[in-house]
Amino acid sequence: MSKTLFDKVWDSHVVKHVEDGPDVLLIDRHMVHEVTSPVAFLGIKNRGIGVLYPNKTFATADHNTPTINQHLPVQDPLSANQLEALERNANEHGISHWGLGHEKNGIVHVVGPEYGITQPGATIVCGDSHTSTHGAFGAIAFGIGTSEVEMVLATQCIMQPKPKKMRINVEGELNFGVTPKDVALYIISKLTTSGATGYFAEYAGQVFRDMSMEGRMTVCNLSIEMGARGGMIAPDEKTFEYIKGREHTPTGDAWDKAMTYWETLYTDEDAKFDKELTFQASDIEPMITYGTNPGMGLGITKNIPFAADATDGEATYKKSLGYMNFNEGDDMIGKPIDFVFIGSCTNGRIEDFRAFTEIVKGRKKADNVTAWLVPGSHKVEAAIKEEGLLDILTESGFELREPGCSACLAMNDDKVPAGKLAVSTSNRNFEGRQGPGSRTLLASPLVAAAAAVTGKVTDPRELMK
Amino acid sequence: MAYDKFEILKSTAVPLPIENVDTDQIIPARFLKATERKGFGDNLFRDWRYNNDDSPKEDFVLNNPKYSGKILVGGKNFGSGSSREHAAWAVYDYGFRCVISSFFADIFRGNCLNIGVLPVQVSEAFAEKVFATIEADPNAEIEVNLPEQKVVLPSGESEPFEINGYKKQNMLNGFDDIDYLTNIKDDIKAFEAKSPL
Repeated sequence: MSKTLFDKVWDSHVVKHVEDGPDVLLIDRHMVHEVTSPVAFLGIKNRGIGVLYPNKTFATADHNTPTINQHLPVQDPLSANQLEALERNANEHGISHWGLGHEKNGIVHVVGPEYGITQPGATIVCGDSHTSTHGAFGAIAFGIGTSEVEMVLATQCIMQPKPKKMRINVEGELNFGVTPKDVALYIISKLTTSGATGYFAEYAGQVFRDMSMEGRMTVCNLSIEMGARGGMIAPDEKTFEYIKGREHTPTGDAWDKAMTYWETLYTDEDAKFDKELTFQASDIEPMITYGTNPGMGLGITKNIPFAADATDGEATYKKSLGYMNFNEGDDMIGKPIDFVFIGSCTNGRIEDFRAFTEIVKGRKKADNVTAWLVPGSHKVEAAIKEEGLLDILTESGFELREPGCSACLAMNDDKVPAGKLAVSTSNRNFEGRQGPGSRTLLASPLVAAAAAVTGKVTDPRELMK
Repeated sequence: MAYDKFEILKSTAVPLPIENVDTDQIIPARFLKATERKGFGDNLFRDWRYNNDDSPKEDFVLNNPKYSGKILVGGKNFGSGSSREHAAWAVYDYGFRCVISSFFADIFRGNCLNIGVLPVQVSEAFAEKVFATIEADPNAEIEVNLPEQKVVLPSGESEPFEINGYKKQNMLNGFDDIDYLTNIKDDIKAFEAKSPL
């Protein structure tokens, strides 16, 4: 029977189907961080059980870590307590732990691929909704709750009903100045934040075939923002080239054995999807959001829609614009901004910093802008330095911080103050996401860079001529 | 962590007719720093419920003495965004055992089912009736009947809801998935031994 990529990976991991219930799914790789794991570790302790396969769980600290002075003790006692708990739990159970200051430390979804933990055809979970990032490698990867973290620790399995399947095709070639982030924001703006709820997405078409692995990660990362459990892309030569030689990637016979499996990972020609959508790359321009969910996005040259044209109810739409202090019909271009944040599991990789640097090179940071440049990992940080990007950034008046989730969710001190407007390369523009009262415009690293040097929302193509 | 059994819940309800309520609103990230599961109810809807100086925002429904109960009625696409189970814990810890909405985000729904909060999805038309019922009489008692899988309004009007048989039995008995999984550990080990990765 013909199968989709998703079917092939899912079905091969079903330990057992529970009648009138979920599937018991074996998990190949489990990533944990300090925020959503302590209660799970406490849970197994209270039950008097251990971790079944400690070598399949990987711990890294990222969510509430500071992004300056990481060599000093963490000042916030609650954050310090969580970081200590992670280290203690990992050590107690023999789990690999890349804590604050460790050379391999970084955002969980950045370091997983960097060290070859992320592999095609694997099932990967983490107590974090952006686990969908790893789908870029043809893995089934999705976020889970803490009860499920406990299940994976205890039994290496979770219980999930099999989601429906959706394929999203984007055909043609991307326009000048249009990045993977724009593709994702465009799709989400078409589907809304609930348009893919209940589905697992496969991204297909020329745009994704042409896209780099890092770009694919950005797109898959944002799958959750349209409600999908996750998104995935069939592995190809680019995928195998990327993973080859990384620390946890198999070698020798094990590589050959894995390749035999990986080469089967594509959607059969006549396989059926529950839903299929096709978009044209030529319709996509650099995107920016204007509201309080990632579905409220538009081409940067467009005007904010009127409530009558919104997909959400009028009251909800007006509440959102009220929070943003924007008006229906406003231009986005020219809006003065206060903060720029480049980083996060969405856009905190080396290609993102290259894109940002491309625009700020030879220009100066605008005086009215506070900029936070936060690499996704120490490896990214090192590459920024090695490639000479840091010199260019410094010359333009920017400083580089240390790795972590940072202002994406503002659990540490990197909080955008109330009322201030930030252009962010992260993934959520919810009310207060970047700090109580903060206002967020989601965009690509190019749009963020253009805002950083002009102090206002600016079409990056104007600066790339 | 096991939870109390859920059978028939008859309670007044708290209306929150806002769409796309994300888990950052249910509990903001800065309140996720505990290493134990307690006290999250205090920060449920923190930034909608309190001003910056911690004084209550009087126009928010949880601060309105007219409304109380064990049922929260939310707008469409409730619980979108972050996977934080803390959102479900906050709902439970505040005292809710059931959330009614015309549409739930996947992860939030799953988290609720895992900790003993029943997510009840009804049609948009029925959700409107629930809101209207509460608006007309904040003391109106709504019945959520899990054995018969239906929501009943005081008017006698009712609507069925779906839940898979496995999860239903878990909720009725206060069991969780780990109880099930630990019982099939040998099957899991045998399966794992054959897995290619």
